[in-house]
Amino acid sequence: MSHIHDQEVEKLELVANQIRQDIIAMLVEAGSGHSAGPLGMADVFTALYFHVLHHDPKDPDWPERDRLILSNGHICPVRYAAMARAGYFPPEELKTLRKFGTRLQGHPERRRLPGSETTSGPLGAGLAQATGLALAARMDDAKWRTYCVTSDGEHEAGLHWEAVLFAGKNKLNNLTCIVDRNNIQIDGQTENIMPLEPLRAKYEAFNWHVIEIDGNDIRQVVEATNEAKAIYEKPTVIIAHTIPGRGVSFMEGKFEWHGLPPKPAEAEEALRQLRTLGGKITSEHQ
Amino acid sequence: MLNPEMKLAAGLTDPAALAQRPTRDGFGEGLVEAAKRNPAIVGLCADLTESTRMLPFKKAFPERFIQMGVHEQLLTALAAGMALGGKVPFIASYAMFCPGRSWEQVRTNICLNGVNVKIAGAHAGVSVGPDGATHQAIEDIAITRPIPNMTVVVPCDAIQTKKATLAVAEKTGPCYLRFGREKSPVFTTEDTPFEIGRAQVFRDGKDCAIVACGILVHNALLAAEELAGEGIDCLVLNNHTVKPMDEAGVTAAAEKCGCCVTVEEHQIQGGMGSRVAEILAAGRPTPIEFVGVNDRFGESGEPMQLIEYFGMGVGSIKQAVKRAIARKK
Repeated sequence: MSHIHDQEVEKLELVANQIRQDIIAMLVEAGSGHSAGPLGMADVFTALYFHVLHHDPKDPDWPERDRLILSNGHICPVRYAAMARAGYFPPEELKTLRKFGTRLQGHPERRRLPGSETTSGPLGAGLAQATGLALAARMDDAKWRTYCVTSDGEHEAGLHWEAVLFAGKNKLNNLTCIVDRNNIQIDGQTENIMPLEPLRAKYEAFNWHVIEIDGNDIRQVVEATNEAKAIYEKPTVIIAHTIPGRGVSFMEGKFEWHGLPPKPAEAEEALRQLRTLGGKITSEHQ
Repeated sequence: MLNPEMKLAAGLTDPAALAQRPTRDGFGEGLVEAAKRNPAIVGLCADLTESTRMLPFKKAFPERFIQMGVHEQLLTALAAGMALGGKVPFIASYAMFCPGRSWEQVRTNICLNGVNVKIAGAHAGVSVGPDGATHQAIEDIAITRPIPNMTVVVPCDAIQTKKATLAVAEKTGPCYLRFGREKSPVFTTEDTPFEIGRAQVFRDGKDCAIVACGILVHNALLAAEELAGEGIDCLVLNNHTVKPMDEAGVTAAAEKCGCCVTVEEHQIQGGMGSRVAEILAAGRPTPIEFVGVNDRFGESGEPMQLIEYFGMGVGSIKQAVKRAIARKK
């Protein structure tokens, strides 16, 4: 089943590419921050902000909007870039990331940036808040949905599983959790640090509907979120297998890039790769 | 002398003449009343519905009650989410577990996030009694009062706890309401005023200001009456709002008396008295003696036996007053 035309997918892929370039530009300017996660999640955030979410960039507090909670706040460059490209604020503001006085804090703060929905960063606490939002929506019979983006590493936090247990019990079908399954965390590979597998079986045991996708395939992201809307008795988790650092050859799959920004020469090379779509085209389009 | 404007109960210094009720009862009644006024109020409890006194709310508004199970971190973070969704969550557990266990969620998800969640910390203090040190929260004021955006209220009896519950429900922003398990004297009345952030002169005096909060305010009044018989005239200030503290009220009491004793069922370190000391050290240096738990854990025992054992009884307060007066220049 397809809910999205090929032309639309191609258009979104170009947006994702732009967002990846923004991420590189932001991080090299900031001189600190996380590279791998944001690049890996550019396709998911593009799908969300440019196709899936009901939202209005000009009215971030629109009551009927879908809510997107970013639990692993450290990948906020991808959210900021997606928000800027969607029209929440001018893309030039992206250069203020992590600088004094910025609305684009190192980890997102709701009261500084309209549309960021919550203050997040301490791992494991996002799904709990998303679950509260989904519960509030159900109590009010509201139609908006709640999405929560989480990292795989933060599944080590007990609080996350408290929320998984609660949402399963309460059959929160208006809640969709997206797991960035990129298999890395700060200290190394997730399966070496604290194995998560079998992750699908864990969620199923907690009464969730599970969908596994290639998280770097925008069509699959869109289709999975559509499938979730048709699951009425359970919350849905989309385990999005992604390549950390996606789009930049020397970053892809390397946990060392979890918490590092590119240096200027590295950023230049990264931008060259992105503009040529990994060498598929020879003349850089900017 | 007692301040007539405070409309305190008759027979105040005769405990046998006073009703005895746990402060938690006032929370239970106040929450039901607040929920009648505001349909956005929801109640969340971590498997302690009866003992935190959320049960009357659950019975009155079953569709607005949420059973969290033994998930204090979830209780806290999920409530933040519900507040983002337009609800006014009251969350209840033992103070040891919320804000104790869930401190980081209190700090980041609620206070930094600036959401409208009310935290009800039951079973605070050593007067929890036989359950022992594991369940006796005596550090909870110290961990809540440094958090920006937070309001911390420690009412003195069941009637005031009901008023405080209604007041925090009306106030927008994070609040921590602290109350206890054991029956304690009900010495305020329905007519006693209450306002968050305004300390109350329950007894006027000139020799020493006893600044107290929680159920020990009654011990402070008893100590003051006994000291009056010895010719020592104490002011008793019910300092129920630990944050934002009534700096003018505290300073005025200290200025008038020239020395001060703080009284609280909490660790001396980091508690209400510490805030009093910060205020007076900066604005009006004054000799202060501190009555509270002195860097120890609690233990099992009968509630009032423990109050005495840990140095918070009437006799201990009287001794502290005399020490404070002796330090006046």
